[in-house]
Amino acid sequence: MSRKIAVQIDDLTVAYNYKPVLWDIDLSIPEGVLMAIVGPNGAGKSTLIKSILDIIKPIAGSVKIYGKPYKKQRALVAYVPQKGSVDWDFPTTAFDVVMMGTYGSLGWIKRPGQKEKKAALEALEKVGMLSFRNRQISQLSGGQQQRVFLARALVQNAAIYFMDEPFQGVDATTEKAIINILKALRKAGKTVIVVHHDLQTVPEYFDWVTFLNVKKIATGPVKDIFNDDNLTKTYGINYKVALNQHPSP
Amino acid sequence: MRLYEYIELVFTDYTLRTITLGTAVLGAICGMLGSFAVLRKQSLLGDAISHAALPGIAIAFLITETKNSNAFLLGALISGLIGSFWIRGIITKTKLKSDTALGLILSLFFGFGMLLLTYIQKMPNANQAGLENYLFGQAATLLASDVWMMAIITGICFCVLLLFWKELKLSVFDADYAKTLGFNTQFLDILITAFIVIAIVLGLQTVGVVLMSAMLLAPAAAARQWTNSLAIMITLAAIFGATSGVVGTAISATHEHLSTGPVIVLIAAVFVGISFIASPSRGLLFREIRFRKNRNDLQLHKTLSFMYNIAKDHEDITHPHAIKILNNFQGFTKRSLQKLEDKNYVSIQGTMWSLTPEGYQTAANLYNQLSHINDE
Repeated sequence: MSRKIAVQIDDLTVAYNYKPVLWDIDLSIPEGVLMAIVGPNGAGKSTLIKSILDIIKPIAGSVKIYGKPYKKQRALVAYVPQKGSVDWDFPTTAFDVVMMGTYGSLGWIKRPGQKEKKAALEALEKVGMLSFRNRQISQLSGGQQQRVFLARALVQNAAIYFMDEPFQGVDATTEKAIINILKALRKAGKTVIVVHHDLQTVPEYFDWVTFLNVKKIATGPVKDIFNDDNLTKTYGINYKVALNQHPSP
Repeated sequence: MRLYEYIELVFTDYTLRTITLGTAVLGAICGMLGSFAVLRKQSLLGDAISHAALPGIAIAFLITETKNSNAFLLGALISGLIGSFWIRGIITKTKLKSDTALGLILSLFFGFGMLLLTYIQKMPNANQAGLENYLFGQAATLLASDVWMMAIITGICFCVLLLFWKELKLSVFDADYAKTLGFNTQFLDILITAFIVIAIVLGLQTVGVVLMSAMLLAPAAAARQWTNSLAIMITLAAIFGATSGVVGTAISATHEHLSTGPVIVLIAAVFVGISFIASPSRGLLFREIRFRKNRNDLQLHKTLSFMYNIAKDHEDITHPHAIKILNNFQGFTKRSLQKLEDKNYVSIQGTMWSLTPEGYQTAANLYNQLSHINDE
């Protein structure tokens, strides 16, 4: 099975102050996978995504998106940050937030027009939030906020989607709705990379997985590498506790 | 003095007109930029910068030995910027939190400024009189040239906000995301911080070092209460700021021994007070009213759904029941029963009640809504 490589990471090392957060990561992510990044707290999962997206400057290593540096490939990449990373009391509406997804292709100073508005409405429809478009964002539930963030990324119409814990603090219905959208993206040939916490759902949701704990432990198809051995290497001997914390619904 | 006399005076008296225009423009620019400071959670930064500007003013005087407001502006600008860079440096280079860094720089610079000020006051130079006005501001010293300067900078600031509207909004809301889209958030950050520093420095002469941050924050905090749109919030903040300036000037001009700066700040505080209480969506008053109304509605709904449970077991839903059987249910009072009758949900005959078809329908929908919410 030879697939195009969507994201290629070589020797990536990131440190805050003196403490390494990511250590010498080599990682190839093939095109068209729905991949989970799993690992314990502080394993550097968010940091990995942020350094791929050039939000955090690594101290060493390189990241290539379809063979070129991220700076030249922005149009191919969409990002869904952690929900908690922004102030939801910001004076703006759900529609406005989704519109922000069009700003990248617009570039500096240019204003969004009819085309952008139409795209934003379509994205809101896809995540089932069309009727909430004029709602102030603080008046949305956690799951609805997450859907708005997802819609903002969908508007970018990218080839690769990076999502930082999209299931955090959402209820079961929203989780199902989100995973269906992600699976639809994969079906359309997109690559989706998700920081994920719930080990239990990994085999059900994802076809590819990367185990991370400062170093890369393993990466590959879920059916081949999602096993006791790698879980123990990543989470330590007590990983079963982590599994049991999330009883299946 | 009557109101219309005063208004006439504003248009005829040169000094009064200058001061009124000056405080209005100052209020407007502070309102606009203060909105960004509030939304960026940098409310205290304004306070630190304005205090940090004091040594700059004193040093500018020591070098020029005259009271030249342009030299003072430059000195205040430089030391304000040094202060804000040091705050940034402390936050990024040490493990100290931002409030510690702000407090440290604020008191350090202010202390140094006070030291220089007392030193200057002991100097034989006669020009030094009035320098201490920068502590609390002295609107009366505003000249037409100062007002022009303010107006031009406010104009530039307005144009920059319009030009970079989309970028500023995005970077204030979600800076990381803005970065991934390819926007230089550092440039935007410096742009908005620079304008905030300039606005503060412009206001020092009028409102003073100590009260300047209130000028920045109060109109923005008040405006936030009334709207959920950033554009309207900034416009409202500018209007509140300008109004505070004009009204504050009027009050201080018509009363003796009331200095303009503090009065302007107090008027701005009145805006904040009214907004916190009376804003329809976020105000305390309406929140309390909504809270009570909801509680009363819930009480009624509880009674209604209890009645529904009894009535639905009968073939005829309007079949009368004794009021007595409601007794062991706590949500029931004579008043709530009366209210239900007023809404035409139940009819009461003596000691018996029965649901009307309308009441039955409402109660049934109530159930659907509840189970619907649980499904969500």
